[in-house]
Amino acid sequence: MNSTDYQAPDTAARAHDGLKSAQAGHAPDYQAETEDLLGEKMVLNMGPSHPATHGVLRLVLELDGEVVTKCDPDVGYLHRGDEKIAENMHYNQFVPYTDRLDYLAPLANNVAYTCAVEKLMGWELPPRGEAVRVICCELARIASHMLGVGVCAMDVGAMTVFLYTFTEREKTYNLCEQLTGARFTTSYTRVGGLVRDLPDGFIGNLETFLDECSKSIDEISKLLDRNKIYLTRMCDVGTISAKDAISWGLTGPNLRGSGVTRDLRKDNPYLGYENYDFDIPIGENGDSYDRYLIRMEEMRQSIRIIRQVLASLPDGPVNIADSKNMLPAKDKVLTSMEELIHHFIVATQGIEAPAGEVYFGAENPKGELGFYINSKGGGVPHRMKIRSPSFVNLSILAHMIPGHMISDVPAILGSLDFVMGECDR
Amino acid sequence: MDHATFIFFISTAIKIAIFTFVLILPIIAYSTYAERRVSSIIQDRVGPNRVGIPLTLFGCKKDIPFSGLLQPLADGLKGLLKEDLVPAHVRKFFFWIAPALTAAPAFLTLCVIPFGSSISLFGEDIKLVIADIDAGPLFVFAIASLSVYGITIAGWASNNKYSFLGGVRSCAQMISYEIALGLSIIPVLMVFGQLNLSDIVQAQADGGWTLLPLWNAHGSVLDRSYWENAGEQWLLLIPLTISFVIFTTSIFAETNRMPFDLPECETELVGGYHTEYSSMKFALFFLGEYAAMIVGSAIIVTLFFGGWSAGFGLDTAIANMAWGSFKLGGLIHLGIFLAKVIAFVIFFIWVRWTVPRFRYDQLMKLGWVVFFELALVNIFITAGIIMMMN
Repeated sequence: MNSTDYQAPDTAARAHDGLKSAQAGHAPDYQAETEDLLGEKMVLNMGPSHPATHGVLRLVLELDGEVVTKCDPDVGYLHRGDEKIAENMHYNQFVPYTDRLDYLAPLANNVAYTCAVEKLMGWELPPRGEAVRVICCELARIASHMLGVGVCAMDVGAMTVFLYTFTEREKTYNLCEQLTGARFTTSYTRVGGLVRDLPDGFIGNLETFLDECSKSIDEISKLLDRNKIYLTRMCDVGTISAKDAISWGLTGPNLRGSGVTRDLRKDNPYLGYENYDFDIPIGENGDSYDRYLIRMEEMRQSIRIIRQVLASLPDGPVNIADSKNMLPAKDKVLTSMEELIHHFIVATQGIEAPAGEVYFGAENPKGELGFYINSKGGGVPHRMKIRSPSFVNLSILAHMIPGHMISDVPAILGSLDFVMGECDR
Repeated sequence: MDHATFIFFISTAIKIAIFTFVLILPIIAYSTYAERRVSSIIQDRVGPNRVGIPLTLFGCKKDIPFSGLLQPLADGLKGLLKEDLVPAHVRKFFFWIAPALTAAPAFLTLCVIPFGSSISLFGEDIKLVIADIDAGPLFVFAIASLSVYGITIAGWASNNKYSFLGGVRSCAQMISYEIALGLSIIPVLMVFGQLNLSDIVQAQADGGWTLLPLWNAHGSVLDRSYWENAGEQWLLLIPLTISFVIFTTSIFAETNRMPFDLPECETELVGGYHTEYSSMKFALFFLGEYAAMIVGSAIIVTLFFGGWSAGFGLDTAIANMAWGSFKLGGLIHLGIFLAKVIAFVIFFIWVRWTVPRFRYDQLMKLGWVVFFELALVNIFITAGIIMMMN
């Protein structure tokens, strides 16, 4: 993208200024007094604990009356060093850490991470394993978007919608519980497959859920789509042009809201997404309302995808047949010597990954979640980098919030739908 | 002191005590309960349904849950027992006085509202209104606008930027909507030609409610004689409906309720003006808000829905119902009035949990550009209709 009007913040100069003022013995002066009393601005510290920041995002806002003139996002309050932790554990041991990235869609993170490692290993999953993973991804998308839409509505004051969406999200958690044994920290995937196949009765429950969910989505649409107050709060608020969206590296619904058709499930299909028929909704204006509409439509498309998967769900194993690198079945471990040895080696030394580097990006609910793995062989990565969509999406805040009123800030934050667990990782 | 003055003082004192402590305070307490139960019905939840009679304290095996009807008592108790934290950075005097300044005006305005017609005890006629003055609505507006001081001072004294923004917003919002509020009821006053709320209600009892003119002095809609005299009433319904819409909306803004709860919107201002308050001081803000809501409902009912009147020409019969020498029909009127007020309170609650919140500039625009002009034009329409009819 050849952009001329994009100006990266001059971080070097900023750091230099900060250092100089720190050496001079006073903190950076946000509240520089002007001669004109009426021109004096107020600095409002929003966060890290603030109901609208959905976690621990901190915004330093400079206000002129009710209008924000400067916004300085400050991230990192939830930094846990996940990337460094990954260098010290086997590939499979890191799966529970991915639950805590985008903790509103843990299943999708599990899938994205294991797909990245499988790409490094050069493995291809059996068809049933891929299909189940698609179900996981789309279920996570519904759960995440439900919360995103509900929280955004709550931020502009529609508390009731939030509880409706929360009820629906709760049902996805019931499904997660049945599928993985945990409601929140699913850790469902393993490198080369899944922990277990679909449990009995899961498909029936999933179908019931899909029927109920599409009804709820329509109900929420009726509450919000043409709600006059909701429209005035969301339309022309937080507008991102397609050019800006690309320049700032936005992905996911925030990018598509600006009218750019990019969805890794279509553009760079993985897990057999090319076999399913679904549409990619894109927005026209790139404002908060468009992003809301896109999330609603993506939920409908997710339901459509899951229905197709269920209709064509293949039989067979869900894991690859590589007994040296997959944990063998438990009954065989307890009865056969060969499998006991494999189990011991895989559990203590990890899977034997080849040397090399690999990047895999998956279309997660929040955007492109990418894992870059640099391996020097052996059971642990030499270096792992997580490209988290929330972090990149939030980078545009400093650019887009100035000029809006303070009441718009929650609406914009809600419509960007970020998760700090993933942003700070 | 002569006999009449003595009776006046005694009856006024009794009326103040009964209306405030027996009627309004419980209604306020139970409107918090209603808020929570109605919102939970709207939102597909259960709501508070546990707090009842704690029989287990007295050695019984089970409590009586009573569908949570004692929840307001528990809330009040909690308010009194919690630690009253005063942050170190506040301006103490104003911080202390602000909650009282918010709650008091709401209660003061109650004194001109006619709760019922009149009862007769021991040969003395007692009107069921504390102060039967000839400037009812003016008094209400004069006192109600004082409550903005409480909120603004609270925001200022808290020494907190969020509270400060909430206080400033509240100030601007209340001043803006008071204009629409005042202008919107002028058509009503023009129609009735007086400012005494008791007389306005009496006129509605005789000649049909302002927004429901289904009867007049000549009979009800079923009678031929009604239709010969009903033209003006039905034509006036147009400006009066506009008045009602503006007035009701402005009451929402005046009481800081959704969709106009900008001074305290929790998603941006984290509670706004009452962020720094705790325990009973916080409860007083709550009390003030609900009292204002009830007063608002009472005024809407009084001006537009016939106050205590049952309508359909039944009121004289009700007023004359007697038990021995005591005429107690006024108590039935009191019940009708409260029922109407509660219906409106539930309407307030319903709206709160249904709509999103306006943005500050949109709110101002709505107040100054739409309602102000509409209310002004409405006055002229009413005047035109009244002139035409005469």
